[in-house]
Amino acid sequence: MDATTAMYVAQGIHGLAYGMVLFLLASGLTLIFGMMGILNMAHASFFMLSAYFCYQFQIWTGNFWLALLFAPVITGFFGILVERFLLRKVQRLGHIGQLILTAGLGLIILEGVKVIWGTESKPVLVPTYLQGLVNLAGMEYPVYRLFIIGISLILLIILSLILYKTRLGMVVRAAVSDADMVNALGINVPVVFMTVFGVGTWMAGVAGVVISPILTVFPGLADQVGMDAFIVVCVGGFGSIGGALLVSIICGLLNSYGVQFFSQLAPILIFIFMVVVLTIRPMGLFGERE
Amino acid sequence: MLLEVENLNTYYGESHVLQDMSVAVDAGEVVALLGRNGMGKSTTLKSIMGLVKPNSGTIKYKGTSIFGHPPYRVAKAGIGFVPEERRIFPNLPVLDNLRMGIKHGRHSSGGGRNPWDFERVYKHFPILKDRSNQKGSTLSGGEQQMLAIARTLMGNPDLLMIDEPTEGLSPVMTKEVRDVLAEISEVGVSILLVEHNLKVAMSLADRVYLMGKAHLGYTGTIEELDANPEIRARYLEV
Ligand SMILES: Nc1ncnc2c1ncn2[C@@H]1O[C@H](COP(=O)(O)OP(=O)(O)O)[C@@H](O)[C@H]1O
Ligand SMILES: [Mg+2]
Repeated sequence: MDATTAMYVAQGIHGLAYGMVLFLLASGLTLIFGMMGILNMAHASFFMLSAYFCYQFQIWTGNFWLALLFAPVITGFFGILVERFLLRKVQRLGHIGQLILTAGLGLIILEGVKVIWGTESKPVLVPTYLQGLVNLAGMEYPVYRLFIIGISLILLIILSLILYKTRLGMVVRAAVSDADMVNALGINVPVVFMTVFGVGTWMAGVAGVVISPILTVFPGLADQVGMDAFIVVCVGGFGSIGGALLVSIICGLLNSYGVQFFSQLAPILIFIFMVVVLTIRPMGLFGERE
Repeated sequence: MLLEVENLNTYYGESHVLQDMSVAVDAGEVVALLGRNGMGKSTTLKSIMGLVKPNSGTIKYKGTSIFGHPPYRVAKAGIGFVPEERRIFPNLPVLDNLRMGIKHGRHSSGGGRNPWDFERVYKHFPILKDRSNQKGSTLSGGEQQMLAIARTLMGNPDLLMIDEPTEGLSPVMTKEVRDVLAEISEVGVSILLVEHNLKVAMSLADRVYLMGKAHLGYTGTIEELDANPEIRARYLEV
């Protein structure tokens, strides 16, 4: 394999890995928005919080796998508490109340992690067998990126099976289009909301853990990746999982190939992409409402 | 009485859209709630259902208060609601729309009637069987109305509240919907019907309530309303 091809492949794998992490983050965001009408401003903060939990777990146990298992679960549980005891209480104030609440929560998490862990970047180490390159069919691939892609694919498959093959999934999809009507048919929608919020936050937590060895853990993490996830949800269409998947991958690839070909433009390529799509389709690629 | 609503008051922000509204339905009855546009008929049904929060009043179903209950509890108690906009799930196939109506942990009710299931629903609505794998959004207006009714029946309600079921339908479809409602009533489901088509309402109902702006204007049997053109002119389109 010549050097140029190798570089393209490496960039492709990098882009795909980042895209899949974006998907883990964006799918929760888009589901929560689609069902509950809440633009969860704290979603990326949960993502960052989980990365910090991961760092802390590794300090305590020295084990990346334990961190991967527990950090997202604790984050998801925290999300459930937030939905049950905060969001539900401000429901009658309407969407503005929920927006303010989640934005405030984002700020509290941001200041909280600074107080507890300080402002400098914290490293997260992966086991040696996940480091370096692996040779497959004559090409070299970065192992940890493949690991991210693999884990995300597994979660994507599980999520799709739940959404499209179970009664809960059917209820969630129906509620994305009309939660009040689902409620009026006798289904306990508040419990479904809480479940979706918890699962969405858990997936954000998984995203936070798997990306932490690459980006390190620092207080700006939520803003940096959160903005991309927000764009994914807008462009993919609010409430659309398929849209989130497609646009996440496009964004990931734009990101990595952008750095390679137009390094000056790279940071704004995603914004240009968003403006172009939203000009043509204001409701996003797969969205039903604006 | 199966359903007893008294002195219900509901606001949308500042506007007082239900003022001491009362309505009652007895077991086995078909009751029509009529009135011009914007009087508050839909709001009455939504307030009973818990989709809109009423400020005061009493709502009793089978003798127990359901005032302030969330919609899913009202539905589980045995009230089925078919809204004016039909609100079928456009992204789900017909089959899943029907599945969404099944209330788990609530089986046959109303004194040993046959429960509604797929077989029985398909017998009454053969068109839904033909279309069972099509998305809800591909159905015509009349078919969507049938689906909305059938979906609610899957939950085996004792009381069906249905809002303007023939709105926007062709005369043929209107007659089909009317006949379906007559059949449903015949098998023992009580119905609270909001309907702008006076002929349809009169052909189904035992009693009527006529709404003036935000309040109850007149109530009586169908025969009384039939004999009273002055009341009809005051509360209904002529
Ligand atoms: N969501 C809403 N917000 C504010 N006002 C509403 C809303 N829905 C209905 N209204 C108003 O409440 C009144 C009663 O409406 P509605 O119950 O839909 O009447 P009807 O079903 O008899 O036509 C009308 O004046 C209508 O404009
Ligand atoms: Mg109405």
